[in-house]
Amino acid sequence: MAEPASPPIELRALVWRAGGRAVIDGLTATIDSPGITAIIGPNGAGKSVTLRLIDQLLVPDAGSVRFGARQADTVRRAFVFQQPGLLRASVAANVAIALAARRLPRTETQVRVRSALARVGLADRAGDPARKLSAGEAQRLAMARAWAIEPELLLLDEPTANLDPSATAAIEQLILDLARRPGMKVVLVSHNLGQVARLAQDVLVLHAGRAVEHGPAREVLAHPRSLAARAYLERELPWTSSPSAVAARHASG
Amino acid sequence: MERTLAEAIARIAALDAEVAAIAWLSLRVSGLATLAGCAVGMPLGALVAITRFPGRQGVVTALNALMGLPSVLVGLLVYLLLSRSGPLGPLGLLFTPTAMVVAQSILVAPLVAALTRQAVEDADRELGEQLRSLRLSAWQRARALMLDTRWTLVVVAMAAFGRAIAEVGAVLVVGGNIAGATRTMTTAISLETQKGDLPLAVALGLVLVALVLSVNVLASLLRGHAMRAHG
Amino acid sequence: MDVVAISRRGAARFGLSVFAAVAALFALMAAVPPPAALAQDAARTITIASTTSTEQSGLFKHLLPAFKAATGIEARVVAVGTGQALDIGRRGDADVLLVHDREAELKFVAEGFGVERREVMSNDFVIAGPRADPARVRGSKDVVTALRAIAAAKSPFVSRGDRSGTHAAELRSWKEAGLDPAASRAAWYREVGQGMGPALNTAAAMGAYVLADRGTWLAFRNRAELVLAVEGDRRLFNQYGVMLVNPARHSHVKREAGMRFVEWITSAAGQQAIADYKVDGEPLFFPNHGKTSSLAQAPWPASAAGAADVHRALQGRCRDLPARRAVPSGCETT
Repeated sequence: MAEPASPPIELRALVWRAGGRAVIDGLTATIDSPGITAIIGPNGAGKSVTLRLIDQLLVPDAGSVRFGARQADTVRRAFVFQQPGLLRASVAANVAIALAARRLPRTETQVRVRSALARVGLADRAGDPARKLSAGEAQRLAMARAWAIEPELLLLDEPTANLDPSATAAIEQLILDLARRPGMKVVLVSHNLGQVARLAQDVLVLHAGRAVEHGPAREVLAHPRSLAARAYLERELPWTSSPSAVAARHASG
Repeated sequence: MERTLAEAIARIAALDAEVAAIAWLSLRVSGLATLAGCAVGMPLGALVAITRFPGRQGVVTALNALMGLPSVLVGLLVYLLLSRSGPLGPLGLLFTPTAMVVAQSILVAPLVAALTRQAVEDADRELGEQLRSLRLSAWQRARALMLDTRWTLVVVAMAAFGRAIAEVGAVLVVGGNIAGATRTMTTAISLETQKGDLPLAVALGLVLVALVLSVNVLASLLRGHAMRAHG
Repeated sequence: MDVVAISRRGAARFGLSVFAAVAALFALMAAVPPPAALAQDAARTITIASTTSTEQSGLFKHLLPAFKAATGIEARVVAVGTGQALDIGRRGDADVLLVHDREAELKFVAEGFGVERREVMSNDFVIAGPRADPARVRGSKDVVTALRAIAAAKSPFVSRGDRSGTHAAELRSWKEAGLDPAASRAAWYREVGQGMGPALNTAAAMGAYVLADRGTWLAFRNRAELVLAVEGDRRLFNQYGVMLVNPARHSHVKREAGMRFVEWITSAAGQQAIADYKVDGEPLFFPNHGKTSSLAQAPWPASAAGAADVHRALQGRCRDLPARRAVPSGCETT
C-alpha cells in the first residue's frame, strides 16, 4: 500500500511562554524533508518545546502549527521521549496501549504488538514486567510503540541521551529502519552531533527560541552561516579542527 | 479486668453463635459499602486527578475535607433521607442493613476518591505526558493510571474497609441496633458496654481488632509483593 | 479498548485475583444465612420503637420469642429514649410504640399520631447512690426530701438529660421538690444526655446519685460502689403504655400485625410473660393492664386546672379530685 507523503510541518511565528519568559519567541520554519530532520541548538533554545508544540502536547501562546492542507488530528504521529513512560504491566501491554486510542479489534492489536516487538528484538520479553527492562531495552520498547502506531510523523526527543554506545547504536538503527517507511517524516532533537551527522538529512538550528539556520545537514554542519549556529557548533565539536572535518565524516557515514 | 478478658476469650473460643452472627453482619455491611464506595470513588478520584477544569482545586479541597466527615453526621443525613417522612421514605429502608450499607458507602466514598486522586496524580506526573502523546481520551488515561497504581488502590480499598467496619455513629442511627437484624460489632459493643456486660463487649472488640489487623497485614504484604514484582 | 489485551501474566493475574476475592466475599456472604428478621415476609414483621429501659433490661429478648410463637410475627425493636421513640412514631418509621411517659403519650394520641393506647405494665424508679451516701438519704422512702437533701449537700447527681421517660420522671420529681438544678446549671448536677446504661456507668464511676428504673438497675452489672438509696415512694411509680402508630396518618403502618402485638401484650398470655421475666429471682416489670386508672380515651385537657387534675390522677390521687368534674378524668377503671 503506497503511503502518501506526510504533509509539511509549518511553524508560523510561534510564541510559547513559561515562567514569565518567552521560551519560543517567534519561531518560523517549514519542515518538509522526506528523511530525518534534526533540531539542534544550545540548552534553553527551545528544542524540546518545539517538538511538543508540533505534537500538540503544548499549546502556543501565539502563532500556529499547520500540516499543509491536512487537519492536525488526521496526521498520525508517534513521540519518543528521552525515557518512556512505562506502566506497571507487561512489555506487551505497554506496547498495546499505544494502539488504545484507535480502538482496533483485539486480534489486530495482538498482531501489531507481536510484530512490533519482533522488529525491535523484544519478542521474547513480551510477558515480562516492563519496569524491569534496562534503559536500552526500555527505549526499544518505545520504538516498538512507534512501530505499532505506523505513524506518518515520528518525533524523537533526545532518545539516546541516557544510553551507552551499543544501546545508542541499536536505537539509531531502529530510527533509520522506521525512517525508511515510505512517506515518513522524522524530526529528531539531539545534543549528540555525531548522531545528527549520522542520521539527519536536514538540520534546523534553534537559538533563544528562534530558528537561526535551516538547511541540508552537510551544509549546516560544515558551513554554518549564522553567527549563533557557528558559535554553537564550534563549541560542540571540539575534537574537530574545522567544520569541514564534520562534513568529511558525514560523507563517509 | 483479667476475669473479663478470660470470659471474653472463652466466648470467642466457644464460637458463640451470637458473636458470629454479629461479626458476619459487620463484614457484609462494610464489605458491600467498601465495594460501592470504590465503584464510585475510584473513577471519580482518577478523573479529577488528570483533568483540568475551573474549580478543580475546590473539588480537591472538598474531597480532602469530606474524608473527615463525622460518621454520626452521615448517619443523620441518611436517616432523614430514608425516614418515612423523608424523600426516600416509600422505599422503607430505614432500620435495615441496606440503609447501613448506604450510609457507610457515603462515608467511605470521599475517602476513596481523595486517596485515589492523590495516587493517580502522582502517577500522572510520571506517565501523564506519555499517555497524552498516545492520544488517549481522559477516560482511557484514567483507566491506564488506575491500572498502574492498582496495588496502591487495593490499599486504599482496605483503608476504606477499615474506616467502615470500625465506625459506629452511622450504622447506629440508620440501623437502629435491632437485635438479630441490624446489630453490628460496633453497635453491639456500644450496647453491651452501656449495659455493663463487659465480657461480651470485649469479645466483640477482640474480634474486631483481629479483623482490622489482618486486613492491615494483608495490605502491607500486598504492597511488598507489588514493589518486588514491578518496582 | 483493552489495555492488557495481550498480557497473560501481570494484569490478567491481578484482575483474576481481585475477581476471585470479590467472588469469595460474595459467596461467604451468601453462605451465611441472613438474619431471621430479613428472611421474613414483610407482612409478618413489625417495627417497635421502645425505650432503652425495656431493651437493656432484657425484657424483649424474653417476650419476643413468645410473641412470635403465638402469632408468627417477627418484631424488630429499635430502642431509644422515650422522646426519640415518640419522634420515630411521629415520622412513621415504626408501627408500634412501647414507652413510659404517660403525659407525653397522651399528648401524642391527642395530636393524632397514635391510636389504641393501652396500659401494659409498670415498675418503679429508684434512686441509686454511692455506698458512702454523702447526702444521707439511704433507706428513705420519700423522693422529694431525698432530692432536697442531695441538693443541699451538693452531692453529685447524674441526669439522663435525653427526653426519656426516666428523664421526664426525674424532672417531675425535682419540680415537686421545688428545685430546678438544670436551669440553675448547678455544678453537682451532671447531664449526660445518654441512656440508662451510660448514666449508671457514669454515676458508678463518679460516685454520684442517679434516678433509674428498677428494671435496668436490677439488670445492670457494673455497679461498682453504687447501691440502692431511695425506693418505695408512690411518686416513683412508672407506667408503660403501648400504642399503634396512627395508620390514618401514615398509610404504610402495619395495622393488623401491629394491633396483634398491642392485643397480645395486653392479653393474659402476654401479661403472664411479663410477670415471668425475672432477674436473680426478682421480677422487673409488673403487668397491670386493666388494673390502673386509664386515660386511654380521654382528650388532653386544655385548661391549666384540667392539666392539674390529670396530674393528680396520674399520681393515683383520685380521691382528691373535686366533685364538680364532669369530663372523664381517668380515674375510672377500664
